[in-house]
Amino acid sequence: MDNIQYSAAVEYAAASGTLSSIWLLFAIPLASAAVLFLLGRRADKWGHLLGVASVVATFVLGLVYFFQLKGLSGNRSAEVDLFSFMPVGSLKVDFGLLLDPLSAVFVLLITGVGSLIHIYAVGYMAHDPGRRRFFAFFNLFIAAMLLLVLGNNYVMLYFGWEGVGLASYLLISFFFDKPSAATAGKKAFLMNRVGDAGFAIAMFLMFAQLGSVNYDDVFNGVNQLTQGTVLVMGLLLLLGACGKSGQFPLQAWLPDAMEGPTPVSALIHAATMVTAGVYLIARSNAVFSANATLQTVVVSIGALTLLIGCVIGCAKDDIKRVLAYSTVSQIGYMFLGVGLGGAAYALAIIHLLAHGFFKAGMFLGAGSVMHGMQDQVDIRRFGGLWKYMKITWITFGLGYVAIIGLPPLSGFFTKDPIILAAFNRPGWTGWLFGGAALLGAGLTAFYMTRLFVLTFHGPKRWTDGQHPHESPAVMTVPLVLLAVGSVASGFLMSTSVVDWLTPVLGKHAEEHGRLGHWTVTGMTMAVVALGLAAGVLLFRKGTALEEQPAGPVVTAARNNLYADTFNELVFELPGRYLTRALVFLDNRGIDGVVNGLAAMVGGGSGRLRRAQTGYVRSYALSMLGGALLVVAALMAVTLG
Amino acid sequence: MTFKLPAIDYLALAPMLVLFGAACAGVLVDALVPREWRYHVQVPLSLVALLASGGFVVALANRKEHVVTAGSAVVIDGPGLFLQGSIVVLGIVALFLVAERRLEPGGAFVAQAAVVAGSEADRKQMRKPGVTEVYPMMLFALAGMMLFCSANDLLTMFVALEVFSLPLYLLCALARRRRLLSQEAAVKYFLLGAFASAFFLYGVAMIYGYAGKVDFRGINEAVLGSSNSKTLLLIGLAMLAIGLLFKVAAVPFHVWTPDVYQGAPTPITAFMAACTKVAAFGGLLRVLYVAFERSSWDFRPTLGVIAAATMIVGAVLAVTQTDIKRLLAYSSVANAGYLLTGTLSMNRDGLKYTMFYLVAYGFTVLAAFAIVMLVRDSDGEATHLARWAGLGRRSPVFASLFTFLMLAFAGIPLTSGFTAKFGVFAAAVGGNMTWLVIIGVLSSMILAFPYLRVVVLMWLSVPGDDTPTVSVPGAFTAAALFVGVAMTLVLGVAPNQALELVNDAGAFLR
Amino acid sequence: MCGVDYLGSYRLLGLLLILGAAFFTVAFTANRLLSRRAPSAGKNATYECGIDPVGGDWAQAQVRYYVYAYLYVLFAVESVFLFPWAVTYALDGFGMVTVVEMAIFVAVLALGLLYAWRKRVLSWT
Repeated sequence: MDNIQYSAAVEYAAASGTLSSIWLLFAIPLASAAVLFLLGRRADKWGHLLGVASVVATFVLGLVYFFQLKGLSGNRSAEVDLFSFMPVGSLKVDFGLLLDPLSAVFVLLITGVGSLIHIYAVGYMAHDPGRRRFFAFFNLFIAAMLLLVLGNNYVMLYFGWEGVGLASYLLISFFFDKPSAATAGKKAFLMNRVGDAGFAIAMFLMFAQLGSVNYDDVFNGVNQLTQGTVLVMGLLLLLGACGKSGQFPLQAWLPDAMEGPTPVSALIHAATMVTAGVYLIARSNAVFSANATLQTVVVSIGALTLLIGCVIGCAKDDIKRVLAYSTVSQIGYMFLGVGLGGAAYALAIIHLLAHGFFKAGMFLGAGSVMHGMQDQVDIRRFGGLWKYMKITWITFGLGYVAIIGLPPLSGFFTKDPIILAAFNRPGWTGWLFGGAALLGAGLTAFYMTRLFVLTFHGPKRWTDGQHPHESPAVMTVPLVLLAVGSVASGFLMSTSVVDWLTPVLGKHAEEHGRLGHWTVTGMTMAVVALGLAAGVLLFRKGTALEEQPAGPVVTAARNNLYADTFNELVFELPGRYLTRALVFLDNRGIDGVVNGLAAMVGGGSGRLRRAQTGYVRSYALSMLGGALLVVAALMAVTLG
Repeated sequence: MTFKLPAIDYLALAPMLVLFGAACAGVLVDALVPREWRYHVQVPLSLVALLASGGFVVALANRKEHVVTAGSAVVIDGPGLFLQGSIVVLGIVALFLVAERRLEPGGAFVAQAAVVAGSEADRKQMRKPGVTEVYPMMLFALAGMMLFCSANDLLTMFVALEVFSLPLYLLCALARRRRLLSQEAAVKYFLLGAFASAFFLYGVAMIYGYAGKVDFRGINEAVLGSSNSKTLLLIGLAMLAIGLLFKVAAVPFHVWTPDVYQGAPTPITAFMAACTKVAAFGGLLRVLYVAFERSSWDFRPTLGVIAAATMIVGAVLAVTQTDIKRLLAYSSVANAGYLLTGTLSMNRDGLKYTMFYLVAYGFTVLAAFAIVMLVRDSDGEATHLARWAGLGRRSPVFASLFTFLMLAFAGIPLTSGFTAKFGVFAAAVGGNMTWLVIIGVLSSMILAFPYLRVVVLMWLSVPGDDTPTVSVPGAFTAAALFVGVAMTLVLGVAPNQALELVNDAGAFLR
Repeated sequence: MCGVDYLGSYRLLGLLLILGAAFFTVAFTANRLLSRRAPSAGKNATYECGIDPVGGDWAQAQVRYYVYAYLYVLFAVESVFLFPWAVTYALDGFGMVTVVEMAIFVAVLALGLLYAWRKRVLSWT
């Protein structure tokens, strides 16, 4: 069913000339972060400027490298081994970097959107005493994210992976005096660890089976593995990807992560870090394409998550949470794309890039609204803002049109092809996944319209004392630039980027599926129009200010489809009880046994007990018990 | 029966002989030198002895000639020398912590240990300088540890075990503050340690009954060819393992760890966490790899379960700790589990990476305890975690260093913790212990939580009125801290050299 | 299967232990059966040189006894090593080296005694 076959071995060319200095890309923001940390309060006055300058410089540098790479003929890749990290024996890991078409587009996305968000954050965090610390964390994040996409092996990817995790954990908890922020930070951390554990085990599996974690060795060697091994390896990688990208069943942390400052939400939890899972799968396309079951699992997770995101997005009233669930849902589309395999890999990547623009733009827009409305986040308390914040209104509107996929904005060129590819998946599953993607498009149109109309149009439902105003230029300029990106990027990328990515993701013949291009476009436009119309009609006049009693579906959606309850039952409760049980055993259980024994033996031991102080006896007893167990186990293993 | 004088290669024994000699000299110093001069004589004496011992280790390593000497009692081979070298280096860093007298007038040790705690005499001695017997005792312990790693028969091993254990029991009782807690810790450690020693000795007897020999080579041959009942072998092996697992603090023989770590003077806790771990695992590695390699099918499942339990229990109990020293104690338990995972791979990678892990962990834990020593208020060290809230605001430099160390414990990349964990897990996968690796990864996932909780507490909380200050370290603590942190970084970013060193160490000599 | 043959040489020892216990039991039982009894309180009192005992059976001992006992045991154990050495050091190939080694061994112990003396453990006040 799959037409990708790696006949030619994956091989990376060694870097030469300017390209041999690509390590500068992550070294610059890292150095800036170090300076900001080490100088402490001395850097308070100018720290944010350094933070911005380092990211902008990195962006410029990224552009230079991009054109250098473009100028290369033949094998467009540049591999640099900085030094041998673990060179001994069978284990060989290099601190190596790789700039190829895939990592190049990610570098541009991260530094480009990153620069805009850094500039925006100068204005957004202007009154926060912790601004320097914030920019230090932010630079650290950029460095880690660049390391993630620039590594030439899985261990390097893992370095970056842990680094962005740490930075995001710290940034979510940035407003630590809000208990909800601290809790959200913890939640993000724990759920990411679940995924990371899968990723780590997958790496050990690669070592055991292939003796290497370098991309080229793994991709070239994957054909020699049994299907079962590939499946397990892929599922473990997928677990990691799901954790990082907020996919089912680990999606619940992402919306809570909105407790962090808005630029954080825009950069980390919309544009870059959460798409690391998609990067992981696209990078490992050789692994994922090698097993059909694996692809089906990825597609199913993508489809399920995109629907979950849409449904919950319809029921939320917090502007950032709606956007967060829409992120969950859009990443679902990307997972759908990478899961379909073949030509859809490239579609997922361009959707990722386009999403980076319009979602970052909308988050920053939401931040601008909150800035003007004294940090109000409830969309039931907005309304009619278009008159007061014109730039925000227009830029947010462009992002909104882009996400629902109206032509000629970017979503149209990137999302529709994924829906088409889903329909064209062979067998009955094509109808299932295509249908889900189509339904998702309609729902997206509905809840985004609800968000847009309630925020910017209709009657004013403000709380008292609100004086909405447009944000300063330092915030609106990035908004405008991102909006330009959301308008133009789709059309520009739809062919050029796909061709550009061919060396990495494979060349694919034009597929002729069961449904033609125009049929699907027509159907999509129809459901989008339906959703849009429903949204406008329902919310044109505003909405009730309190939660209305609702049927089971809406209630479930308001409760995040009970994802938290699920997580609590499956992940938290057993852990908590295990801890409690062990503590109990440690404190009481062993003593209890001793006391019980003492009572049995009777008065004679009473004297013994008095003669002893402390709990050494119970320690000794547990050691004795352990000793008996060890002896018994050894005998049983050998003789039994 | 004729006796022959065993040939002794004095150069091969020199690293240990130097330390034993210096320890005896230290006793002499304490007996003859006036009280006010003792500290100023003992510290340079110990330092010079350790440096000389280290010099001999390096010389022996360059000699590249591996020998069995003193009859067949002692073997000097690659891994043995590496472990001896690690013990010396970690010992020097620990000595820095022990010798620190700036943080508290008179140092971390009591002036007269035998005075009843809380009595008038006890209050009087608060201002007096601490005992200087700690230095010879430390040297005895270090020499015993080195002998433990290079013993070639079970009896020598037992003697070495006692030689390094007895000074440790005493050192635990010498804390200047919280006398009762310290004495309780010492008594507990002594009683349970004696209990474990008895197991070990009983195991030696059983093995002798089975093999008719106590040297490792003879045991190895007997495992292959003996016609005696295997029951004796198994019981003996189990008893030996219990004695050793007590020292490495594996579940369920870990129960002493939190109490003793908390009660002992912090420099001694650091010393135990770093050096005793190296010695105990050195001995365990030698026993399992040299003497019982051929019965690895018998003990791997059982010891594997112990390793798994150690990792899980250590990690889970660390989550609920509220005292930084107890937290580090449970983390040391969990780390014993990771080390056991490496040990049980029973291949060359396992040996290499377990040794690497020991060194990496040793440096990190020494630096961590150095910072614990620095965070103090008028009552001495403030070890309750609640007191650490907001420390990042008060003293960003030390909080940053501690953060780095916590990240290293959590195994975050670019710290030695990651390299070491990666190594032992990869070795274990290679040794067909994948199930143990899965448990290991899960446990380090749990364990990362308490570490990061400390980080968040330090940085993201507002300092309260009772947030203690961080004392400016004296030269000694500063040196220990610097070495510990620098090595944690170096072994994480460029572990090249160290890995080549463990690789060159090669295999045990049989 | 538990190494019965191997442990066979211990059979004689076991027999001896059983016989010893039996002899003891038989003798005391016979005594109890054959003798006449006239119990009185004075007969149950502890005999201390003819003086009536004072106080309970739990008494604190001076810690110095412990230190003395400890030093005594140290040197008593040392002699265990000295005796075998005494019969072999004159053999061929032993000679001076052996004497020096034993001298070092004794010197280390003497060092302990010196330490104890300097710490005024040996004076009784």
